[in-house]
Amino acid sequence: MIWNRKAKGPAGDPVDAPTDIEALDPVLKQALGEFKASVRAWSDDAYSRPRVTRETVVRKRKIAVGWSFAAVLLAGALSGGLYQRHHQDELAARIAAQRAVEARRQADEQQRARNAQTDEEVLASVDKDLSREAPSAMEPLAQLGDEGESQ
Amino acid sequence: MAACTTLDPMTIATADERAAQEFSSVVQSHRPQIFRFLLASTRDFDLAETLTQECFLKAHRNWASFRGESSAMTWLMRIAINLQKDHWRNRRIQFWRQTHTNAVDLDEASEWLPSHESSQEQRLLARERVGQVWTAVEGLSERQRTVFLLRYVEELELSEIARTTGLSEGTVKAHLSRALARVRTELGGRR
Repeated sequence: MIWNRKAKGPAGDPVDAPTDIEALDPVLKQALGEFKASVRAWSDDAYSRPRVTRETVVRKRKIAVGWSFAAVLLAGALSGGLYQRHHQDELAARIAAQRAVEARRQADEQQRARNAQTDEEVLASVDKDLSREAPSAMEPLAQLGDEGESQ
Repeated sequence: MAACTTLDPMTIATADERAAQEFSSVVQSHRPQIFRFLLASTRDFDLAETLTQECFLKAHRNWASFRGESSAMTWLMRIAINLQKDHWRNRRIQFWRQTHTNAVDLDEASEWLPSHESSQEQRLLARERVGQVWTAVEGLSERQRTVFLLRYVEELELSEIARTTGLSEGTVKAHLSRALARVRTELGGRR
């Protein structure tokens, strides 16, 4: 973590120039002295302030926002799940209703078909019975007709 | 031999208490200086306070391993510099995060002046010079700024700065010279 690279500046850097504050020119010396005094005055004032850092407030706010966001997400997920469940139930009920209607329709059709067949049979037997009602004078001929049919 | 290696629990407790007292006195004597360096480096009161706390927390954790080869101040300053570097590196990596900073601007930083300036005019001129030095400091690289602040605000010797930063004395001198050249330019080009 410590800087271990040598400084390589452009050629002609005043590397050997004096860095001791006493050896500096008066203007620079004065400016650096004032700068040091200014930083120290600022630091002393800041150091004596009560230590309630804004970082804590910001962190608390971030935590609150995080929890709110999580709560919204959870609520969204729950309501989404419930809606999905409700939608599936509704769909299943609709399908079941359609199937029931279809089954009833098929049953009705079958019943109708059965009824139709029965009606036809009844009509045929009625026709047959009616056709058999011949005058007594023609009875022998009707019997011959029946015998012919049976053969 | 066995008698020498077996430590009495009372002796351990006393040693722990002594170490805690030593660390407490180190905190009391060096905390303002560490805070000042971090405040000047970041110009951010909250950040300086947070990094100072982290610095002493880290120092406390590693207090047992501090062998006293360098002074406690050098050791603490080294931790503070590394924490500061880590902070800025993390800021650069986490560029998507909120880039909110509480750093005060240069004018505000220049408002702090020692009270011995007699006349209003002198105070105004002093304020202007302090502002110019802040402007120059802002334009320095991270290393140059660190070396400059350690030399001209904390008044460390070149050898101490070298030990604190892990640079050679020649490199420290080179950084200081460039920093001073920049300050001179800002003050009016007088060399």
